[in-house]
Amino acid sequence: MAPPANRRSGYSRRAQYTIFISYFAGVAGVLLGVVLLVVSFVQPSAFTGLRVLAADLTEPAGHVTATGRMASKDFFATVSGYFKAGSQHARLERELAIAKIRLVEARATAVENRRLKGLLGLAQQSPAPVVVTRLTSSTAASTRRYATLAAGADRGVQKGMPVRSEMGLLGRVLEVGQGSARVLLVTDSESVVPVRRASDGVPAFAQGTGDGTLRIRLINLGLNPLKKGDVLVTSGSGGLYRPGTPIAIVANILRDGATAQVIANPSDSDYVLVDRPFAPVPPPAITPIPDSQ
Amino acid sequence: MRLWPQFGTRRARINRTPSKIVARGTPWATVMLASLLPGLALIASAPVLPPFGFLMFISWRQLRPGLLPIWAGLPLGIFDDLFSGQPFGSAVLLFSAAAIALDMIEARLPWRNFLTEWLVAIGLIIVYTALGLALANLDGAATPLRVTWPQIVISILAYPLVGRFVALADRFRLTPFLEIR
Repeated sequence: MAPPANRRSGYSRRAQYTIFISYFAGVAGVLLGVVLLVVSFVQPSAFTGLRVLAADLTEPAGHVTATGRMASKDFFATVSGYFKAGSQHARLERELAIAKIRLVEARATAVENRRLKGLLGLAQQSPAPVVVTRLTSSTAASTRRYATLAAGADRGVQKGMPVRSEMGLLGRVLEVGQGSARVLLVTDSESVVPVRRASDGVPAFAQGTGDGTLRIRLINLGLNPLKKGDVLVTSGSGGLYRPGTPIAIVANILRDGATAQVIANPSDSDYVLVDRPFAPVPPPAITPIPDSQ
Repeated sequence: MRLWPQFGTRRARINRTPSKIVARGTPWATVMLASLLPGLALIASAPVLPPFGFLMFISWRQLRPGLLPIWAGLPLGIFDDLFSGQPFGSAVLLFSAAAIALDMIEARLPWRNFLTEWLVAIGLIIVYTALGLALANLDGAATPLRVTWPQIVISILAYPLVGRFVALADRFRLTPFLEIR
């Protein structure tokens, strides 16, 4: 149906002006949205302060829901445990038998490692994490993959620090507030992590796709050596992520790489660890002394 | 003076009036809570939850067109942008544009039923999700379009439920519980 030709609300000037101004403000909202977008494209850090403040304010609520999330997960695990107890018991016994053999092998390897490292004069390289905390919220409705950490500058978190769970790498710190920090997850399409295959060190890049998988791009072109089930770990090049942190398992082989499933699912990680960046930030450039000519 | 309605059989019904704060503030508060909800509900590794803030916003505009003013997308969009992870300004633009589009559709389709409202909302949801993806990609991401299909389907199916909740909140809004002296 065509809209009515005369859209005047009545003879009251006051009512007419009110309606006009509300429409004017609606259009102004659209225009202001465009302006804000342009500002955030040109100057991505322009709204960091506001966002960080908002994250700090909602952080207590995030704590409550994080606790609830874990409790509900435990509840469902308990219920489903009753149904799967028998078959799971049998499977675990089988796995335990295998694991005992592997343990003996691993002990031998550890002894050998210690001996070789002693020969090389290397120290054990696993410093304590900066902080152990929780992920309180994430951007579940957006195509970007950010999460919020329940610790900020007050507990020593700094920009660029890698975040991992005990399973593997989760992401890195992007913005830091007083009591919270924003984490770019590895599944975001802007995140690129240098990786290598755990078994033989084939180098590659792992880029997020936004849907919980990673796109693995090989650095050396030619025959694709990846196989389904290969474990990828961080290679440490670029000096951000500590080498040897597990990140993904290859799921599908493509012509020039693969897609991989992330090992550390952020929704399953109860607590996460924030590490120091692998390589220290280089010192600032030396300023020339004025009268040293 | 009580500020909160008391439910149950013992509530006195006569000589009562709704609270102006609750009657005016409920739509704003529910949309803001809905903007917070997807973030707090789970730590997702893919966009799986519907944009509840947007769904709640268009649902209020459809159920009670005059209640949220047409410029409400500006403040509510700023609040949504703080938590959504989209580039700042994207919800301001899309909420405001959706309010104007709904107003124009309403002028052409003055009669309404469940199906037409749902169809209009489906159109808005698809456009909102696609433009949200486009704006995020302009900002430096490179997410393919196929990632958003599950979210679009979930949002479309969730919309009637959000409408149900809005109807519930609308009844709550006008519950008379303040005593008239």
